[in-house]
Amino acid sequence: MREELITSGRLNPHIDPHLEIWHWQIPLYLFLGGLAAGILFFAALYTILGKEDKYPGAVRRAPIIVPFLLIIGLTALFIDLRHKLFFWQLYTTIRLQSPMSWGAWTLLAITPLSFAWAALHIREFFPNWDWKFTILKEIEKFLLQYKLTMAWVIIILSVILGIYTGILFSAFNARPLWNTSILGPLFLTSGLSAGAAAIILFATTKKERVLFAKIDLMLIGIELFLIIHMFMGFLASTEVQIEAANLFLGGSYTAPFWIFVVGMGMVVPAILEILELRHIKVPVVIPVVLVLFGSVMLRFIIAYAGQFSRWLY
Amino acid sequence: MLLYQKNTIVMVQNRRDFIKISSLSAAGVILGAPYLRSAVSAIGKQEALNLQRTPTYCEICFWKCAGWVYKNDDGSIKKIVGNADDSNCNGRLCPRGTGGVGMYYDEDRLKTPLIRVTGKNGEQTFREASWDEALDLVAQKMQQIKEKHGAECTALFTHGSGGHYLGNLLKAFGSGNIAAPSYAQCRGPREVAFVATFGAGLDSPEPTDIRDTRCLVLIGSHLGENMHNGQVQEMSDAIDKGASIITVDPRFSTVAAKSKFWLPIKPATDNALLLAWIHEIIYNEWYDQKYVEKYTYGFDQLKEHVRNFTPEWAFGITTIRPEIITETAREMANAAPSVIIHPGRHVTWYGDDTQRLRAVAILNALLGSWGRRGGFYQPEKLSVPEHPMPSFPKPARTWRDAMNGKYALADLALASGVCDATIPSPNLDCSIKGWIVNGTNLIMTLPDQKKTIEAIQNLELLVVIDTMPMEITGYADVVLPECTYLERWDDLRVVHGREPNIALRMPAAEPKYNTKPAYWIAKELARKMGLGAYFDWENFEDVLDWQLKQIGSSLEEMKRIGVKNFPRESGPLYFAEGEDIEFDTNTGKIELYSTAFEAEGFDPMPGYTPHEEPPAGYYRLNYGRAPMHTFSRTSNNPNLTDLMDHNVLWVNPKVAKEWGLSNGQPVYLENQDGVVSDFPIKVRVTERIRFDSVYMVHGFGHADKKLSRAYGKGASDSQLITKVLTDPIMGGTGMRGNFVTFRFEKKESEVKS
Amino acid sequence: MRYAMAIDTKKCVGCSDCVVACQTENNVPIGYCRDWIVEVTDGTYPQLEIEIRSERCNHCDNAPCVRCCPTGASHFEPGGIVTVTHNKCIGCGACIASCPYDARYSHPDGYVDKCTFCIHRIQKGEKPACVSVCPTKCMYFGDLEDPNSDVSRILKKRKYKTLIPEAGTKPQVYYLI
Ligand SMILES: Nc1nc2c(c(=O)[nH]1)N[C@H]1C(S)=C(S)[C@@H](COP(=O)(O)OP(=O)(O)OC[C@H]3O[C@@H](n4cnc5c(=O)[nH]c(N)nc54)[C@H](O)[C@@H]3O)O[C@H]1N2
Ligand SMILES: Nc1nc2c(c(=O)[nH]1)N[C@H]1C(S)=C(S)[C@@H](COP(=O)(O)OP(=O)(O)OC[C@H]3O[C@@H](n4cnc5c(=O)[nH]c(N)nc54)[C@H](O)[C@@H]3O)O[C@H]1N2
Ligand code: SF4
Ligand code: SF4
Ligand code: SF4
Ligand code: SF4
Ligand code: SF4
Ligand SMILES: [Mo]
Repeated sequence: MREELITSGRLNPHIDPHLEIWHWQIPLYLFLGGLAAGILFFAALYTILGKEDKYPGAVRRAPIIVPFLLIIGLTALFIDLRHKLFFWQLYTTIRLQSPMSWGAWTLLAITPLSFAWAALHIREFFPNWDWKFTILKEIEKFLLQYKLTMAWVIIILSVILGIYTGILFSAFNARPLWNTSILGPLFLTSGLSAGAAAIILFATTKKERVLFAKIDLMLIGIELFLIIHMFMGFLASTEVQIEAANLFLGGSYTAPFWIFVVGMGMVVPAILEILELRHIKVPVVIPVVLVLFGSVMLRFIIAYAGQFSRWLY
Repeated sequence: MLLYQKNTIVMVQNRRDFIKISSLSAAGVILGAPYLRSAVSAIGKQEALNLQRTPTYCEICFWKCAGWVYKNDDGSIKKIVGNADDSNCNGRLCPRGTGGVGMYYDEDRLKTPLIRVTGKNGEQTFREASWDEALDLVAQKMQQIKEKHGAECTALFTHGSGGHYLGNLLKAFGSGNIAAPSYAQCRGPREVAFVATFGAGLDSPEPTDIRDTRCLVLIGSHLGENMHNGQVQEMSDAIDKGASIITVDPRFSTVAAKSKFWLPIKPATDNALLLAWIHEIIYNEWYDQKYVEKYTYGFDQLKEHVRNFTPEWAFGITTIRPEIITETAREMANAAPSVIIHPGRHVTWYGDDTQRLRAVAILNALLGSWGRRGGFYQPEKLSVPEHPMPSFPKPARTWRDAMNGKYALADLALASGVCDATIPSPNLDCSIKGWIVNGTNLIMTLPDQKKTIEAIQNLELLVVIDTMPMEITGYADVVLPECTYLERWDDLRVVHGREPNIALRMPAAEPKYNTKPAYWIAKELARKMGLGAYFDWENFEDVLDWQLKQIGSSLEEMKRIGVKNFPRESGPLYFAEGEDIEFDTNTGKIELYSTAFEAEGFDPMPGYTPHEEPPAGYYRLNYGRAPMHTFSRTSNNPNLTDLMDHNVLWVNPKVAKEWGLSNGQPVYLENQDGVVSDFPIKVRVTERIRFDSVYMVHGFGHADKKLSRAYGKGASDSQLITKVLTDPIMGGTGMRGNFVTFRFEKKESEVKS
Repeated sequence: MRYAMAIDTKKCVGCSDCVVACQTENNVPIGYCRDWIVEVTDGTYPQLEIEIRSERCNHCDNAPCVRCCPTGASHFEPGGIVTVTHNKCIGCGACIASCPYDARYSHPDGYVDKCTFCIHRIQKGEKPACVSVCPTKCMYFGDLEDPNSDVSRILKKRKYKTLIPEAGTKPQVYYLI
C-alpha cells in the first residue's frame, strides 16, 4: 500500500484539497469574450468582403450587443480579481509571455472599437437617432470614412481575442487537462460558432440565416474533430494527461461533458440545422440557444475540470 | 472584608458537578478576536521587528528550552526563537516552542478568578471574582482543613515552573504531599531502575550522549514524534556521523523509518527481547569484561539467571527472529561503549516497567556505556541557593503513610498515590481533603478517570491554577488563572547537562486579562495564611537578582544574555580509564543484581511475565505523541491546531477490511470495561500499525466546549484507559493494557450533554 | 548567484517546525501556509519505508508563475528567488493555476503570497526561518554557484531529486534521498 499524506494540516482556501481559484467568473468571461470575438469576426469579415448589405445581420445588427457582452465579461473578470484596487497594474506593463496580459491589452483596444462599431450602426435599431453634438457627428463621419480600416483592425483583434480565450488555459502546463495546444483553436472555433449562431438570431433574411447555419455546421464539425483529436492526444501522452482525460472518460466530468457540451451543445443543434437546411421547419432559436449553451458549458467544464486535474508526485 | 460571604459557596463533599466555564467568557471572544483578525489581515510585507528581545524558557513541555521573544513595533509578540547559547535547544526550538505564541494569544484562556456557586435552582456555576476574594476564600478553606484534619491533609499536584513556590507554600503550611504526573505516569520506573542499578537516576534532560554515539537503541521511545528537543537534534547529528539506530516498536514510528534495524515487536513482550539480548551479550562474551569486572556486582548470578533466555525462546514471545536478535546484539556490542540502550521517558506501560528498565540498565552496564563517550555522560548541575527563609515544619504524615508500606522505592511522590490517599477506604488510612492543582490536567493525565473524579468528590477544597479552561478546572471550587509563560517572571531554570547552566524567564508582555503568575499567587496566599515569612521579599525580580548574585551573575546580565553557561567543576564528562568509582548503591557497585530490590522483596534481576492479550474483536490501545502537540496543553493553541486539530485512529488495512472501515470514517471506541469514547475519531488506514493494535495521539477529545478549537476533536485515550497495571515496585500506572473495539454509533443515553 | 535549498528526507522527522516558524516569521495568517509536510509510506507491514518532505515554492529557474503574471508582480529577484510584489498583484490567480506544486496561496488581503526564501533574512546574511529552526538540521540553504556553500557541498556528497522535473520548471529545492 502507498499512503501519501500532508501531515502539516495544510488547507489553503481555494487550493486544497484541489485548486478552485477560478469560479464562474472566468468561464463566463471567456464565453462572452469568445462570443464577442465571433460576432466581430463575421462583422468585420463581411465588411472587408464588401457584403455589408447582403448580410446586415452580421455586419450591422448583431455587433450592437458586443459592447454589452464585453462589459459584462470584463465585470465578471473584475469581480474575480482578489486585489481589485490594483487592477490598473495590468496597464503598466506588457508581458508578452502572459496571455492574461495580452488579453487585457486586446480588450483595451477592442472594447472601444466595438462601441464605435455599434455606434456606427445604431440607426439599424433607432432610425431617427441623432448624435446631437457636432463633435460626435464629426467622429462618426471620420469613422465611416475609415470603416474598412477599422474592419481590418477588428478582424485581427477578434482572432487574437478568440484564441486568447483558449490559450489562457492551455498556457498552464501545471494543469494537465489544460496543457494541450488544441484548446486555443477549440475555443476559437467554439467562439466563432457561438458568434455565427448569435448572428442567425439577428439575421433579417432567410439567405443570411442559411449562410450562418452552414457556417455554424462547419464550425461544429471542426469542434468535434478538435475534441476527438484532443482526447487522442491526451491518451497518447503522459500518465498525468491520461489521468486528466479520464475525468471525461469515465471520471467525474464524463456525463456533463458528453451530454451538455457534445450532445446538446453540438450534435443536437447540428442535426437541427441540417433539418433546417433540408427545409424542415425548426424554430430558429432552438439550435441557436443550444449552441450558445454548449459554448458556455464547454468553458465551465474545462475551467472546473482543469483545476481538478493535477500533477502527481 | 470577605465579599464571598454574600454567596452560597458550595464545598460539599459528595457532589461536585463538572462546570463548563463556557457560559462566562463572552468577553473573551471579543477580547481575543483582534489577534486572529490581525493575523488574518497581516501584511505579507516584512514587518520590522523590534530589536528589543526578552529572554524566556519554554513552558510547552518540560525540556525547558531557552529562547528569545521578539515583538513588533506595536509591542505585539511575534515570534519565539531559540537561544543559541542554550544546550537544551542550540538555538532551535521545536514546533511546539515555536508555536508557543499561540498560548499567549489563545482567546479561550482563563481570564479572571472564578468561584463555584450554587444558584437558586441548585445548579452550580462559576462566578467571576477578584483575586483578593478568591485568595481569601482559599486561605480560609485551607485554614479550616488544617483545624479540622491537620495541615498534612492537603496536597499539591503540579507540573510546571510555578510549582516551586507553591511547593514552598505547602511545605510551610505543613504538608509534604507534592506530586507531579511526570513520575508515576511517566518516568518513575526508569528512575527507580537506574537508581537501583547505577545509584543515580536520569532526570531531565537525560544525560544520554547521543551526539557521539555509534549505536542508539530505542525501545518504544519515538524520538521525532517525541520532540524532546536536544535528543532529536543529537539523534540527527548521530545519523550524520553514521551511527546506527535500532528501533524496537510494534508501530512503524518515524524513527523506525530512519533506523538500520526496526524490530516490529509484539506489544508487551519487550522484557523477553531484552533478556535475550543480555543472554547473547553474555554468552557470546560481547560484554565489556574489564568494565564489568571492575564496576559491577552480581555478574555470575545474572549469567546464570539468563541462561535459558535464548533468542529462540524470545522469538516465540516477541516474534522477532532469533538471528535478528543476535545480529542487533552484535551491532550494539560492536559500537560499545559508544552505545545507548535508551531508557525512554514515558515508561509506565505494563506494570512490570521497573523490571523492564532494569534490563535496559543492565544492558548498558554490560556494554560499559554508563560514564563513557557516546553512552551516558556524567551531568553537572549548578546549585543555586534558595532565597533565605525559615525552615519548613515537618509534616505529621504524608500520602506514603496511607500506602501500607508499599512503593518504598519510589523516590518521588506518586500523583496516583495522592489520589488514592484521598479516597476513603477501609484498607488505607486516607485523609487528604484539599488539593491545589497547578499546571496539570489530572482528568486527562491520570488513568482511570472515574477514580480521579471519585477522589475529587471527596475533597473539601479543590483549587486549580491553570491558563486554560481544561477539564480539571470544571471540578474546581476556585479557579485561579495564571498568566502564560510569556507574561511572567519565573523561577530560574537550573538543569543539569554537559555544562551547568541557568536560564532566565522574564515577561515579554504584560499579563493579558486578569491573570497572575504562580509565584505571586503563592506569596499572596502565604500572606493571607500567615506564612508571609517564607516569602520575605517585595519584588520577585529582587529574589532572582539575589540568587543570581550568589552565583556570580546578576539580573541585569541575565536579561541581556538569557542563558549563562558555567565551567564544569565536578570533573570530566566520562570515566577515566581504570578510574575507581564508588556508585551510590548498597554495594558501591553497578548492581546487576539489585540488593535494594531483594531487600524489599522484589526480584533482584528482571524476568519475563506474559501479559494479557486482546480478546477477539478487540485491539490493544496504543498511544503516543505527535511532534506538534504536548499532551492536552496545546490542543487549543491556534498556531498548533493549524497543523493538527484532531487525532486519528491508526488501523491496519487488514483490520480495516475486516470491519469495512475506510480512511476518514469516524468511529467510536469502546474498551474492555464498556467505556465508550465521548467523541468519534477518524480512521487512518495505514500499514504503519500492527493488526493487533490501534494507535492514537494522546491529548485530544476534549469535552469542554470552552476550548473552541479542541472541543470534540478526536478521541481521548485517557478516557479509555480504565484498567491500570500498577507497578508493584514503585507504583507506576501502566496504561497500555487496555483493549478497544469499534462502534459505529452511540446510544442516546451515552451521549454527553 | 543562484540560491537553492536542499532538504534531507533521511533526517526530516516531519515535525512541521518549519511550517510554524515560517508562519510566525512571515506573518502567514492562520489557516494558510507557505510550506508544508508530505509523508509517503510504501510497503506492507513490516516491510515499510517512509519519505518525509518539507515542501515549499521551488523557486523554479523556468517559473511558469512568473511567465503568466500579467502585471509583473511575480518576478525574479537576484539569485533566482521568485517573489510577488504585493501592491502590483491584482489577485487574478493565474500564477496559482500555473504552479504545478500548488505552492502559492491567495492571501486573505487579496494578493498572492508564497515562500520568499526569506529574502529579508538572507539579505542580512541569515538563513531562512525554516532552515534556522529545523531541529534535525536537515535543511541546507545557500548559493549553488558558490562551491563552498552548505547547499553545494551537500549536493556534491549526496544523491538527490527534484519534484516533477518532467513539468520542466527546473526546481531549485532539492531533496536528498
Ligand atoms: N511532541 C511531543 N513530544 C514530547 C511530549 C509531548 O507531549 N509531545 N511529551 C514528552 C514527555 S513528558 C514524555 S514522557 C515523552 C514520551 O515519549 P517516549 O518515551 O518516546 O514515549 P512512549 O510512550 O514510551 O513511546 C511511544 C511509542 O511506544 C510504542 N509502543 C507502544 N507499545 C509498545 C510496546 O509494547 N513495546 C515497545 N517497544 N514500544 C511500544 C508506540 O508505538 C510509540 O511509538 O515525550 C516527550 N516529548
Ligand atoms: N492517557 C495518557 N495519559 C498520560 C500520558 C499519555 O501519553 N496518555 N502521558 C503521561 C505523561 S508522560 C505525562 S508527563 C503526563 C503529563 O501530564 P500533564 O502535565 O498534566 O499534561 P497536560 O495535559 O499538558 O496538562 C497540563 C495542564 O497545564 C496547563 N498549563 C499549561 N501551561 C500552564 C502554565 O503556564 N501555568 C499553569 N498554571 N498551567 C498551565 C494546561 O492548560 C493543562 O491543563 O501525562 C501522563 N498521562
Ligand atoms: S522541546 Fe519544544 S516544547 Fe519542549 S521546551 Fe523545548 S521548545 Fe519547548
Ligand atoms: S523542521 Fe525540519 S525536521 Fe521538522 S518537518 Fe521541517 S524539515 Fe522536517
Ligand atoms: S514552485 Fe510554483 S510558485 Fe514557485 S517558482 Fe515554481 S512555479 Fe512558481
Ligand atoms: S495573482 Fe498577482 S502575482 Fe499572480 S499572476 Fe495575478 S497579478 Fe501576478
Ligand atoms: S524560506 Fe522562508 S518563506 Fe520560504 S518556507 Fe522557509 S520560512 Fe517560509
Ligand atoms: Mo512524561
